[in-house]
This record gives sequence, C-alpha cells and structure tokens, in this order.
Amino acid sequence: MSQLTLFGVEPRIWSVSDLNRYIRQSLEGDYRLQGMWVAGEVSNLSRPGSGHVYFTLKDAEASLRCVMWRSEAIRQRFLPREGDGVEVYGRISVYEAGGQYQLYADAIRLAGEGLAFQEFLRLKARLEAEGLFDPARKRSLPAWPARIGVVTSPSGAALRDVAQVLRRRFRLADIILAPTPVQGPEAPAGIVRALEKLNRVCRPDVILMVRGGGSLEDLAAFNDEAVARAVAASAAPVVSGVGHETDFTIVDFVADARAPTPSAAAVAATPDQTQLQQRVNLARRSLARNLARCLEDLRADVGRKQLALRMLSPQARVAGARQRIDLWMQRSQTAMRARLSLQQTALQGLVQTLRAVGPESVLARGFAVVFEAERGAVVRSRRNVRGGLKLSIRVQDGAFPAVASEPGE
Amino acid sequence: MPKTKTPDELSYEQAFQELEGLVASLESGDLPLEESLKLFERGRLLASRCSQLLEQAELRLRQLAPDDQGELTEADFELEE
Repeated sequence: MSQLTLFGVEPRIWSVSDLNRYIRQSLEGDYRLQGMWVAGEVSNLSRPGSGHVYFTLKDAEASLRCVMWRSEAIRQRFLPREGDGVEVYGRISVYEAGGQYQLYADAIRLAGEGLAFQEFLRLKARLEAEGLFDPARKRSLPAWPARIGVVTSPSGAALRDVAQVLRRRFRLADIILAPTPVQGPEAPAGIVRALEKLNRVCRPDVILMVRGGGSLEDLAAFNDEAVARAVAASAAPVVSGVGHETDFTIVDFVADARAPTPSAAAVAATPDQTQLQQRVNLARRSLARNLARCLEDLRADVGRKQLALRMLSPQARVAGARQRIDLWMQRSQTAMRARLSLQQTALQGLVQTLRAVGPESVLARGFAVVFEAERGAVVRSRRNVRGGLKLSIRVQDGAFPAVASEPGE
Repeated sequence: MPKTKTPDELSYEQAFQELEGLVASLESGDLPLEESLKLFERGRLLASRCSQLLEQAELRLRQLAPDDQGELTEADFELEE
C-alpha cells in the first residue's frame, strides 16, 4: 500500500470487465495468436443444441479450452471424437464473462492429415510441372457416347447416382462398370487395374471415375500418383466426379473433365435425350419445309416452261395459218364479188344494146313483122305469099291475125 | 458409291449425322427434283429412326467380370437398390 502511494498518486483500480477486455485486446493484438495450428488430443467434447462444439485440447502437460461455432462446425468434413489426435486451426481470445482464454476454432482435421495435405501439394506441383494438367492435353468428350465406362465401387452410392442420372437423361448408352474398391489400401492399385482393363477390353467412348464424398483420407486413392498417371494414360477421355462440391483431388486436375459430384460427371459426359429429340424434330420440320419450297420452285418453273411451250407449239402455227387462210378467203371473196358486179354491169349494158338493136325498138318506130301463122316463119318476100295465106302481124304492142288477099300481079 | 445402309441398321449418332447433312444439302436447294424427293424420303426415315431409338432406349448396365476361362468380358449387372 505504501508503495502504491509512494508518488502521492492514487493507483488505478480496475474493474474485472475492464481487465478482461484489456487482456482480450492484448491477445487479439498479437498476430501470432490470431491464426495458428494447434495439435493435441480431444477431451471434454460437447455439442449442445446450439450446434456449437466445445472441447478441450490437451497434451501431456497442458490443456486449452476450444470452441467451434456452429457456422464453422457445419462446414467441416470431419468432427472429432473424444480422444482423437487432431490439429485445430483458430485464434486465441478471451471469454470475458468466464475469464477464460480459449481457442476459437475455424478448422479441424485429424493429426497427420496436415502431412497428407503437404504430400498432396508436393505431388500436385510435381505433376503440374510435368505438364499433366496442361489444358492442351485435355481431350474433348464425345457428343454421343455409346459406351460409358464407370470406374467405381459396385456397391457405392456413386454408381447408383450415375445410373439414375443416365436413366433420366441418356438411355442410348451402355454403362460398363469396372468394379474396384475406392478406399482403403487396395484402392489405388484396384483403380489403376480397372481403368486399364476397361480401356483394353471394352474400349468405351468415355470413362467416369466417381466416388461419393468422404474425409481427405477416404479420398486418398484419388490423390495417388499411380492413379493420376493411369488417368493421364487412359485411351478414353476421363471425367472425374469425386466427393462433394468443394473436394479437389489430383485426379480432378489430370482428368479430361472435372465434375464436382458423380451425378454431375454423368451429366457432363452425356447429351440430354430430350434435347436430342428436339433436334430430330427440328430436322424433320426443316426437311418438310425444304421439300415444300423445292416443290413450289419447281411448280413455278413448270408454269414458266408451259407458257414458253405454248408459244412454240405447232398449234400456234396452225392457228396462224388458219388466220392467213381466212384472210385469203376474205380477199378472194371480195375480189369475186367485185368481178361479179362488174360483169352484171356489163350484162346490163349488153341487154340495153340488145334492146336497142332488137325488133322491139323497130316495132316501136311503127314497123311491123309479118309471120306465116302456121309455120311461124317471117315473111321476107312477096313470092312466098299466096292468096288466102293466114298471117300473124306483130306490131309494137302485140300481134293480130290477117289473111293475104289474092295477089294482083 | 458405297451401298447405303437402311436407317434401321444405323446407330443414333450415324442416323442423326446423316439427317443433319441431308437437311443441309436440301437447304442448299439446287438439287434435281428426283434427287430432292429421294433425300426427303431418306430424311423422313432417318428422323423416325432417331425418334424410335430415343423412345425405346433403355439404359443397359454391364460390368467387367472374368468368364469361365478367366478372360474378362462384359456381363449383365443389376444394381442393388
């Protein structure tokens, strides 16, 4: 007490809240404590209804309180059990109400996974440097795979997912399963063999290499170097569909196409049958339309040709000739009529002349013509007349009978 | 010219590709009528073949398994549901 008042200044009295806040801020201000991996064994694990996970991490000499909020916990592929050796990533802070400093965990993995992950990164870098992930190496997938090879476990959910998608989407294909374990120590060699057999015996158009989700350890076979090289060497293009959306394996990088899940791999490798049907219908309609247009063109062409033909046909010439004949007929008739009327005129002239020189006009002038009544002969000489001869005397307006008297001399 | 296969002998892929080519040559539009009609008839059959294959197709599941002689062959396979 005397020390505290030595300089005549009252010492600062902290409230617990202030102190805990100060400690919290001090710890949070140390960057080394704000992002770190801690290894230890899990104990006092509890996960109440809130979904947050509480546990203690300990080693032989010390222990550390840990909490993982629900929002982080549900993102974990793996949650520890009591006694697990784990590695936890998080930051140190203080729970002020309890006066507890603790590790707020963001991620948790089994001890050794860190090593596996390092190994994963090393292998990935090596294969990448070799050019195995080169986009130019990747083959395009066939538009219509008739034979689809599947490398997976015969009893896994992955195979059922693939079959279900293909049954809905593309039933034209044959699926050929090359059965193999996909986890455990035999898995890598099994997968390599299955892939090799599939290519050699079945010659599929495309191969799906699939497996459902799991821990990093479960997916280890798909991070195996031999498996990666077998995928790169596959004669048929390979589509990988391993794990869940967020899982990436070495096989995903080597494969010709990577799908996030087995179902997605089946979709990536096949066309949609409904769309195929639509394309067929489209082609069918286009055929019909083309034929109709083709016929229409031809019909128009035929029409034009018919017209041209009509102009050139002998019928046209006959019609022309007929017309010419008509013309000639008309002209000849006109000519004929003209000639006739000319002749008529001439005739009338003749008749008049005739009349002029005929007996009528002489009779009109007062002369008479004497006929022998019986013989009808014209009396021209007195020597032919004897007394008593019956005569007919013709004057201008008719004839009258007469009898010759006895000649005097 | 090689003997053309009847549409029934063609796979979906073959039939569809021929169908598309045929539509294209009809679209170019300078074929004689007889040829056009022949192509149209062929196209009709090809389209029917494609539709038939799509409608009737049933997914076939097989698996690689050794036969009596130990040779690998494709054998029928049933999914455990």
